[in-house]
Amino acid sequence: MDVALFVPCYVDQLYPRVAMATVELLERLGCTVHVPKGQTCCGQPLANSGFPDGAAQLASRMVDVFKEFEHVVCPSGSCTAMVRHQFEKLLPGDAGAHALQGRTYELCEFLHDVLKQAPKGRFAQKVALHQSCHGLRELRLGVGTERKLAPFDKVRDTLANLEGLELVTLRRNDECCGFGGTFAVTEAAVSCAMGRDRLDDHQQAGAAIITGTDSSCLMHLDGLIRRDGRPQKVLHLAELLAEATA
Amino acid sequence: MSARTGSVSHPLPVLQPQALAAHQAALAAAQRAPVDHAAKAEVFLRDGARAAWQDQSIWFIRQKRDRARDAVPDWEALRAAAEQIKSHTLSKLAHYLEQFEAHATAAGATVHWARDAEEHNRIVHGLLEARGVTRLVKSKSMLTEECHLNPYLEARGIEVVDTDLGERIVQFRGEPPSHIVMPALHLKKEEIGDLFHDKLGTPKGLSDPTKLTEAARGHLRDKFLAAQAGLTGVNFALAETGGFVVCTNEGNADLGTALPPLHIACMGVEKVIPGPEQLPVFLRLLARSATGQSITSYTSHFHGPRPGGELHIVIVDGIRSKVLARPEYRGALRCIRCAACMNTCPVYRRSGGHSYGTTVPGPIGAVLAPHLDPVRHAALPFASSLCGSCSDVCPVKIDLHGQLLSWRGELTRLGLAPLRKRVMARVGEAVLMRPWLYRLAGWLASFALRHFPRFALVNRFNAWTVGRELPRGAAESFQAQWARRKTALPSPAKQEKRP
Repeated sequence: MDVALFVPCYVDQLYPRVAMATVELLERLGCTVHVPKGQTCCGQPLANSGFPDGAAQLASRMVDVFKEFEHVVCPSGSCTAMVRHQFEKLLPGDAGAHALQGRTYELCEFLHDVLKQAPKGRFAQKVALHQSCHGLRELRLGVGTERKLAPFDKVRDTLANLEGLELVTLRRNDECCGFGGTFAVTEAAVSCAMGRDRLDDHQQAGAAIITGTDSSCLMHLDGLIRRDGRPQKVLHLAELLAEATA
Repeated sequence: MSARTGSVSHPLPVLQPQALAAHQAALAAAQRAPVDHAAKAEVFLRDGARAAWQDQSIWFIRQKRDRARDAVPDWEALRAAAEQIKSHTLSKLAHYLEQFEAHATAAGATVHWARDAEEHNRIVHGLLEARGVTRLVKSKSMLTEECHLNPYLEARGIEVVDTDLGERIVQFRGEPPSHIVMPALHLKKEEIGDLFHDKLGTPKGLSDPTKLTEAARGHLRDKFLAAQAGLTGVNFALAETGGFVVCTNEGNADLGTALPPLHIACMGVEKVIPGPEQLPVFLRLLARSATGQSITSYTSHFHGPRPGGELHIVIVDGIRSKVLARPEYRGALRCIRCAACMNTCPVYRRSGGHSYGTTVPGPIGAVLAPHLDPVRHAALPFASSLCGSCSDVCPVKIDLHGQLLSWRGELTRLGLAPLRKRVMARVGEAVLMRPWLYRLAGWLASFALRHFPRFALVNRFNAWTVGRELPRGAAESFQAQWARRKTALPSPAKQEKRP
């Protein structure tokens, strides 16, 4: 299956390993990965900061860059949610935007819904899963604690075939880590307080590794871990899966 | 000395003239100045232990709500029904309001229409003045808080006593509620003990909640007995019958209206629902969402005045018709003021209700307040990580985080974003529209992260680094690595064969 990789801008620049791990994983699962040239950013930072006009221009670029591909996969719930839920509002009536929103998948979602397989491998560690909000509540990768629906969890399912992996139970299953894009700097005090509370929860659960679908949440949590000298380590889900299936 | 006699021996807890003037001046100033939520939150968080206590005590309510919800098998269907009933009612709002007015009038009530807070206050004062009322008891009404009715009446010589325990506490303290369901949620029992010692003469150091509640009860009984009029809010007004429902846990709406000859009920236009058939949908959702109770202790139904008494209903617009006229924000009028969005909001729990500078704080407050004054409340839609928990917890399915996002765009278009932010956005857009410039900027940023001295990156001018470390940066971007890989391994099949 031909797959286009949509690399979030900050992953491209700051966490290239996450994108490479996504490529490795997809290739192991039999996909042919393409990385269309000219990718920059989907525009989410602008849209969420209150600049929809600039975001619309970037959205329009994205639509153009990915127009040839049947399946677009992104190792970020947040950037995928931007394409799926905001592009149509930013580019009303744009057929390309409409088409792209139906063809863009977050990585776990792609494994679960399209490839329909959970990678087999081994990862003998205690791991805490951080449920990133946009994956959970925008993409509906699982059922958040607020709602009362038959439970499912596409992210957890993706980890189901890893031998030795122990997922710990958190006190607050799906509270926000406080990253929130520019919120992290405009409301830095609240953002850090939220992040430290999440880390305390992960720590009490006894996990050495915190994994998740979004490097943005993990970047924020990692910044707090290193500032506080905490024993935890963050690992993007793509990195974890690539390591487990190697 | 019993708490009861203690309360009698004390003077009326009305604000003294100087205090009142100061209070009103402070209020007027506060109503003009833009709210700096981030700065207030930062101050709130300085007392780490207290902030943690506040977060945990509010999270406890969220958990109670989850358990109460679990007892209702058709919770999501109930939410959908509530959303549809409210949306339908709002689509025919004038019809239902006029129907309500006709039936309420037929039942013997008098209906008044108020365009705004000022008119509302004038009507209420007019009713009291005409009957020589100088002592008014109120049950909880966020609408009268929104209208700043208390200072308006106090300035005109009327003693106003809030009879909801939490509201009485914040009234004693001369501060606004920090939460719409539990107005004194920000206070610890020891602080309430000190306050009651000062105001009600309870023994110094007494902080037992049961004893403090008893003292308040004694104090309020006197106020109920002496009141010449009772004012209540309205949770649901029924168009079909002209009746309305007030939900309380303390029975204070009943006490306040059973004795005095005059009952004034104040409601926003959005409180109307079609009729009694729709009411249970909301009663099942309200208390569960608010406090995790299956129903409030008292669900008081009023239908016309009681024999020999008068009932006046004041229906207020304020910002509501303005909100109704805007499809992207209209859903906010479905709100039944349960405060579930506050209790679930990780930002509200870590910044406190007062940091919003509004009568209604939290996510719903942040989407309503900019309609009232976009300049003053411009910071509020940004005081959210857009985690979306509010939208999913909301019993009437308001797309709260979607509205917060809409406001961000709108406030920026109105020129209300700080200059620094506007410059950053323009630069960001210019860079991201040009792949070569994006690559250059990315390379420079990663170079800085890896090679610049720490003091150049981690300092008080970089808000990210005040509480956190920066990412370490990467020697080579993914796209650069990919380009090299493609040259080295022209076919992806080759990749499969590596060891």
